[in-house]
Amino acid sequence: MKRLFPAPLLSLSLWALWLLLNLSLSAGNLILGALLGFLAPIMFAPLRPLPARIGRPGVALKLFFLVGRDVLISNLAVAWGVLRAGHRPPRSTFVKVPLDLHDAHGLAALAMICTVVPGTVWSELALDRSVLLMHVFDLDDEARFIEHFKSTYERPLMEIFQ
Amino acid sequence: MNSLHVLPFWVEVLTAVLLVSSSLFALIGALGLLRMKDFFQRMHSPALASTIGAWCVALASIVYFSVLKEGPVLHAWLIPILLAITVPVTTLLLARTGLFRKRMAGDGDVPPEVSEGRHEGK
Repeated sequence: MKRLFPAPLLSLSLWALWLLLNLSLSAGNLILGALLGFLAPIMFAPLRPLPARIGRPGVALKLFFLVGRDVLISNLAVAWGVLRAGHRPPRSTFVKVPLDLHDAHGLAALAMICTVVPGTVWSELALDRSVLLMHVFDLDDEARFIEHFKSTYERPLMEIFQ
Repeated sequence: MNSLHVLPFWVEVLTAVLLVSSSLFALIGALGLLRMKDFFQRMHSPALASTIGAWCVALASIVYFSVLKEGPVLHAWLIPILLAITVPVTTLLLARTGLFRKRMAGDGDVPPEVSEGRHEGK
């Protein structure tokens, strides 16, 4: 069983995703989705040798909504910044953030969050994963920004992935 | 009678507001692409279209079709979720390439490598 389905959760979600995208429970779609769920983890196995351990679903759910809220807020901030860029140019700069999170999957999730939220772009990770370089669209207070970034995103991710 | 005409007024207003705000955000994103001065600043504004722009369209579709079909039609949320997974891949590639090229060109605007002195046995 373990060899047939190396990532049962991934297989199941791919199957559900396929059925949802097609909005149908017909036999053909059930089989196609199951095939996708069965083959994808096997085909991707050479790409990601580290199995992810995900715990604390409550923390993950809270993080999901926090990110949603931050995306909304920073969307408005970036839109506003663009609209009055002629009047007051945004204070764009690179920021170095010291990292405590070292898990590869956690860092991947952090990169995703950081890039999805407008106004911040993940630019570089030090080889030893101790420092992150990111570009910020409009930086007000560097210390406060780093504190917000670490407490809102990094700490929950450390709980989820470690 | 067309099925469009039996929808309650508030649904039509809500859908219209969501669609118009989505396109407004996409427009501001494009404007940012045009007006920003350097490469890294320009990386931020397209995110408006891929986040709140896509969210508003998905929400509009959910509201409209849920009322039309008289039951929750939620699968449009998959679009923002898939976008959130795939967009960072290209954004990250662009950011890395931009940094690499600017460093190669000796451009003083970008900070040096953060790995400096942190590898090769140190």
